[in-house]
Amino acid sequence: MACLLEAPLRISVLSEVTATSRHYVDRLFHPDPQKVLQGVIDMKNAVIGNNKQKANLIVLGAVPRLLYLLQQGLSSSELKTEVLGSELRTEVLGSELRTEGVVVLGSELRTECVVLLGSELRTEGAVVLRTECVVVLGSLAMGTENNIKSLVDCHIIPALLQGLVCPDLIFIEACLRCLRTVFISPVTPVQLLYTDPTVIPHLMSLLSRSPRTQDYITQIFSHCCKTPEHQTVLFNHGAIQNIAPMLISLSYKVRMQALKCFSVLAYENTQVSMTLVNVLVDGDLLSQVFVRMLQRDLPIEMQLTAAKCLTYMCRAGAIRTDDRCIVLKTLPCLVRMCSKERLLEERVEGAETLAYLMEPDVELQRIASVTDHLVAMLADYFKYPSSVSAITDIKRLDHDLKHAHELRQAAFKLYASLGSNDEDIRKKITETENMMDRIVSGLSESSIKVRLAAVRCLHSLSRSVQQLRTSFHDHAVWKPLMKLLQNAPDEVLVMASSTLCNLLLEFSPSKEPILESGVVELLCSLTQSDSPALRVNGIWALMNMAFQADQKVKGEIVRALGTEQLFRLLSDPDTNVLMKTLGLLRNLLSTRPHIDQIMSSHGKQIMQAVTLILEGEHSIEVKEQTLCILANIADGNTAKELIMTNDDILQKIKYYMGHSNAKLQLAATFCISNLIWNEEGSEADAMTGCQERQDKLRELGFVDILHKLTQALDPNLCERAKTAMQHYLA
Amino acid sequence: DITPLSISLSPCINPKMAELGAGSLLLGDPAFNYQEAELNERLKRLYPAVNEDETPLPRSWSPKDKYSYIGLSQNNLRVHYKGHGKNHKDAASVRATHPIPAACGIYYFEVKIVSKGLDFLSSLLPLSPIPGWDKHSYGYHGDDGHSFCSSGTGQPYGPTFTTGDVIGCCVNLINNTCFYTKNGISLGVAFTDLPPNLYPTVGLQTPGEIVDANFGQQPFVFDIEDYMSEWRAKIHGMIARFPIGERLGEWQAVLQNMVSTYLVHHGYCATATAFARATETLIQEDQTSIKNRQRIQKLVLAGRVGEAIEATQQLYPGLLEHNPNLLFMLKCRQFVEMVNGTDSEVRCFSVRSPKSQDSYPGSPSLSPRHGATNPNLHSAGADSPTCSNGVTPPNKNKSHNKYPGVSSASSSSSSSPSSVNYSESNSTDSTKSQPHSGTSNQEETSDSEMEIEAEHYTNGVAENPSARIMNGTYKHQEILQAQDISLGNGVAGTDDSCASRQLCGGNQAATERMIQFGRELQGLNEQLCREYGKNVTHKKMLQDAFSLLAYSDPWNCPVGQQLDPMQRENICSALNSAILESQNLPKQPPLMLALGQATECVQLMARVRSGSCSFARVDNFLH
Repeated sequence: MACLLEAPLRISVLSEVTATSRHYVDRLFHPDPQKVLQGVIDMKNAVIGNNKQKANLIVLGAVPRLLYLLQQGLSSSELKTEVLGSELRTEVLGSELRTEGVVVLGSELRTECVVLLGSELRTEGAVVLRTECVVVLGSLAMGTENNIKSLVDCHIIPALLQGLVCPDLIFIEACLRCLRTVFISPVTPVQLLYTDPTVIPHLMSLLSRSPRTQDYITQIFSHCCKTPEHQTVLFNHGAIQNIAPMLISLSYKVRMQALKCFSVLAYENTQVSMTLVNVLVDGDLLSQVFVRMLQRDLPIEMQLTAAKCLTYMCRAGAIRTDDRCIVLKTLPCLVRMCSKERLLEERVEGAETLAYLMEPDVELQRIASVTDHLVAMLADYFKYPSSVSAITDIKRLDHDLKHAHELRQAAFKLYASLGSNDEDIRKKITETENMMDRIVSGLSESSIKVRLAAVRCLHSLSRSVQQLRTSFHDHAVWKPLMKLLQNAPDEVLVMASSTLCNLLLEFSPSKEPILESGVVELLCSLTQSDSPALRVNGIWALMNMAFQADQKVKGEIVRALGTEQLFRLLSDPDTNVLMKTLGLLRNLLSTRPHIDQIMSSHGKQIMQAVTLILEGEHSIEVKEQTLCILANIADGNTAKELIMTNDDILQKIKYYMGHSNAKLQLAATFCISNLIWNEEGSEADAMTGCQERQDKLRELGFVDILHKLTQALDPNLCERAKTAMQHYLA
Repeated sequence: DITPLSISLSPCINPKMAELGAGSLLLGDPAFNYQEAELNERLKRLYPAVNEDETPLPRSWSPKDKYSYIGLSQNNLRVHYKGHGKNHKDAASVRATHPIPAACGIYYFEVKIVSKGLDFLSSLLPLSPIPGWDKHSYGYHGDDGHSFCSSGTGQPYGPTFTTGDVIGCCVNLINNTCFYTKNGISLGVAFTDLPPNLYPTVGLQTPGEIVDANFGQQPFVFDIEDYMSEWRAKIHGMIARFPIGERLGEWQAVLQNMVSTYLVHHGYCATATAFARATETLIQEDQTSIKNRQRIQKLVLAGRVGEAIEATQQLYPGLLEHNPNLLFMLKCRQFVEMVNGTDSEVRCFSVRSPKSQDSYPGSPSLSPRHGATNPNLHSAGADSPTCSNGVTPPNKNKSHNKYPGVSSASSSSSSSPSSVNYSESNSTDSTKSQPHSGTSNQEETSDSEMEIEAEHYTNGVAENPSARIMNGTYKHQEILQAQDISLGNGVAGTDDSCASRQLCGGNQAATERMIQFGRELQGLNEQLCREYGKNVTHKKMLQDAFSLLAYSDPWNCPVGQQLDPMQRENICSALNSAILESQNLPKQPPLMLALGQATECVQLMARVRSGSCSFARVDNFLH
């Protein structure tokens, strides 16, 4: 019964609500401006804190009407200014004529009459009406994201930006407040701030008007500065000079917003950072002002944001990494932000910023690793949601769940940064409770962010020979890693394949099981990727795999990669790819039987490729590597002939033996030395082969060169030439 | 355990207390004196809550509490090892002169490793029972970076440290934890649940090992003040967020009452009335009574003690007779004010003198004439204060009912009250003539209370004379000084007499009157002695007051302090309290009681070793 009764009641209530809402909208269309004003004021009081009412009014079309009233007021006032202005001008002109041209007086009068006009309008209620309209719009924007979308769709942004030209401060503040609310919403396209090039300079000029304009404008900047281009626009319009004085404002809000703005401007921006270090605020360097904001009794938000500013300035090279303000202030502050006492959001931001700060500097990594038990402190990041919170408090559980991924990825990032250089720190990390298990499970988490961070962490730790031999093997990290490599996004793939490279190093016990898991195909497919980083990692891993590998593995690599792909890689635009491909070739061409076998099947193409590279414009390193390949070929039994019968190559070797670079000379000499080599106890026909080669090389003038090289300054080169000469004599 | 190079904390197990090694201090060294001054300043700033008379701070290593293998130098700040260092038995340690006082809240010291020495003993041998205070000690060892807590087995804690490193140790006495620092970087908590009374300690075991301590002689490498600021903010936040809950209304009433009673107590009549109106509360005392007290206080603070005595006798007959000690104090003060030239009995001369000098230039015969007409002039002077008689009638009626005997006496002498009073005191039986002369017991109790007040309310805080907060007299001076000034402006000549600074304003007649008054005072003292026995305090007061006459410039003499107008405040509040007590009102405002109690609580916290007291200072909440 009750249910039956209740249903119709609800409908009637609903329709009643809509009816009252409609009434509010209707009043905006009243012919009497006084009634309209009252209507807007009533509407303002009705919507405050009432999301339902806000949605109703938007649906009923209140926004376009409010914007119309707003713009109507603006244009009419402009019109009036113009009319009155021209009237005045004629009047002034008249007086001018009478007093024979007092221009100064004219301009004075002009400003005076504008002021008069302002007050006149105020009494008229036009400014009041406009201000009230903006207040209502601001209130509507405070509702849901849908509200913001509707407002943006109605072109509220250009209308409000236009309103900023008005001289009335209260009106300007209302416009800015509303703009702020709209712009800080994630649904608003930030580009809208930059479409009109006059907007930014005008906002800069409004910064000096009042603490409120400062607060709102810096908030808008902070939220709308998303790209390096945005940073540059704001920078070019004097953002730094205009905002810096706000750092010592009496209002905490203004100080805080200015600080946030700087953190956004300085992020990965050398130009801004380099400018910031030289800015003085009230006689103090900006970095000192930031350091003062790190003080422990200040609000956490301020400490954290100031630490971010200093971090970004340091990473941009504006502050040295061994500066006291980084080592003794910024770093300890960020470590504190990671402590259990901080909010989850603060801990995430703190850890990420700290990871970014010390990423390139091993000394900072060492300091951080002993600061306040950071390594152990981070282990706590993995304990969310805690089992206690799940049972006792649903709200807390929800909160924990929301931040659990963020916490984990931040911790992985920080571990990755901490362990990227120092062996002791890596050991400390892997010895942290369940660390390897956590990484392993992180690799297969649903969140990409966590997976990426976990693999970064794993990569950082995989640089340790010790860890590769022990914990990596014990925890079979290769398994989830291999799984991760199957269709993951590129950024994950880069990290994962890079880690795999290290796992395939010959001393890694994981190498065997990885090989057995059919990794070759996967790596070969990576070498065909569009991303140079992936190609490098693919070929690098193959190179590592081929190092001292048995014939079967080498054969598999050659088969799977295919000579075509191999040669494509040898002409890769990325030098790294080329180097690693040459490295792969070199590793493939080791030990005599392997050399002979591969050269017998692919000799022609390889010799072609070698010739091409030696003729091409390449770095010393590339050419050295190529000469080393030749030296390896020269070490083969049958493969030798491929060089001996190729006069072009022999001439090239001769050329490099006389090159100005000792490294190239050495590699080329190595090659010749291998050709000359006669091994004791080898077969007779080989002996004859040897004799023939020696004769041919003498004819080509190699002996003279070798003789000359025995006098070389480089001891290695000299030694190598002497050995070769000895073989000649034998 | 003592192992190679450790920075540790050791508890007090040795019963003997080490004294500051004053013998080794080179007091003549100016550099050292400068350092000493800097140390004092830094310690005061870091540990403002520590009362060093009660709990001295560690300032150097103790030459008494050390092993023989330890050598001290450089004002007992440098430690070097002079043993063999062959095995663990050669390990040695030294501790600071004093344990860390709990009132520090957060304590910090640093040690610089000047030289790590020749480390030929690299392995740690198991714990050996080294006698003394190494048990229950807490250390951080340089060789392995381990922390050791009351046992021989170390826990991995921090990095190792060596020559050139500065190792700091911070003891948090609020949560009883400790952390170390290395070159200004905090290494994180090393120990929890620390016991009280720990000594800064250092242990060495390698020949050539040298370490320098910094107990505050130099700026610390680690920013300890920043760490302290965090804890200060934490504790202030805790106080600020103390839950009130449903008792909000109750608290408001209490607070209003406190403010109201404070205003009434000090006689801020108009403010008190306005406050009562605004808060819709009631004032216990009636307005006339408040105004009377206000007037008497103003007189005392202006240095017109004679008039104040008169007014008191008029408005509160019997009060001073009940409190002969108070009367004596007042009269002593009156004498001092006569020297000052501010009391009306001598001021009347000086006020006239310029005029008379005009009419009779350079005449020396003037003064005697003034002296001859003294009684008349005096009575005129007594009448001159605007309100002395004007406001009395309503009160008089009251007092008539209460003390008929005395009131009749006072009314009869109303034409020249002061002269009658003085003659009374001269005749030495003013106390005897009082109606309740038989109740000697009562007088004795009032006597003892007076004693307390004469000692500046130091009951309960006597051990801490340096503290500015005293029960009931806290921060009087600002308020009263302001009043003093306003009154001073109203009464012409007060400032002048101060500025000219001549005995009794430089007037001969006034000087004579003063001497006469001094004799009367002497007489009063003798009389009191006969009646109540010898009183050391009185004797001292009298001596001090009379000593002023022994100097040509009393303002710049060893006892010149008495002439400072600030000195009026104690007697003023004593008189005010006595009046209030006689009206059955509290002799101290509850606000002051609460303040005193809060201050006392904080000090008690220090004594029971609750470190948070150092950041919960009452001063921090008074603006």
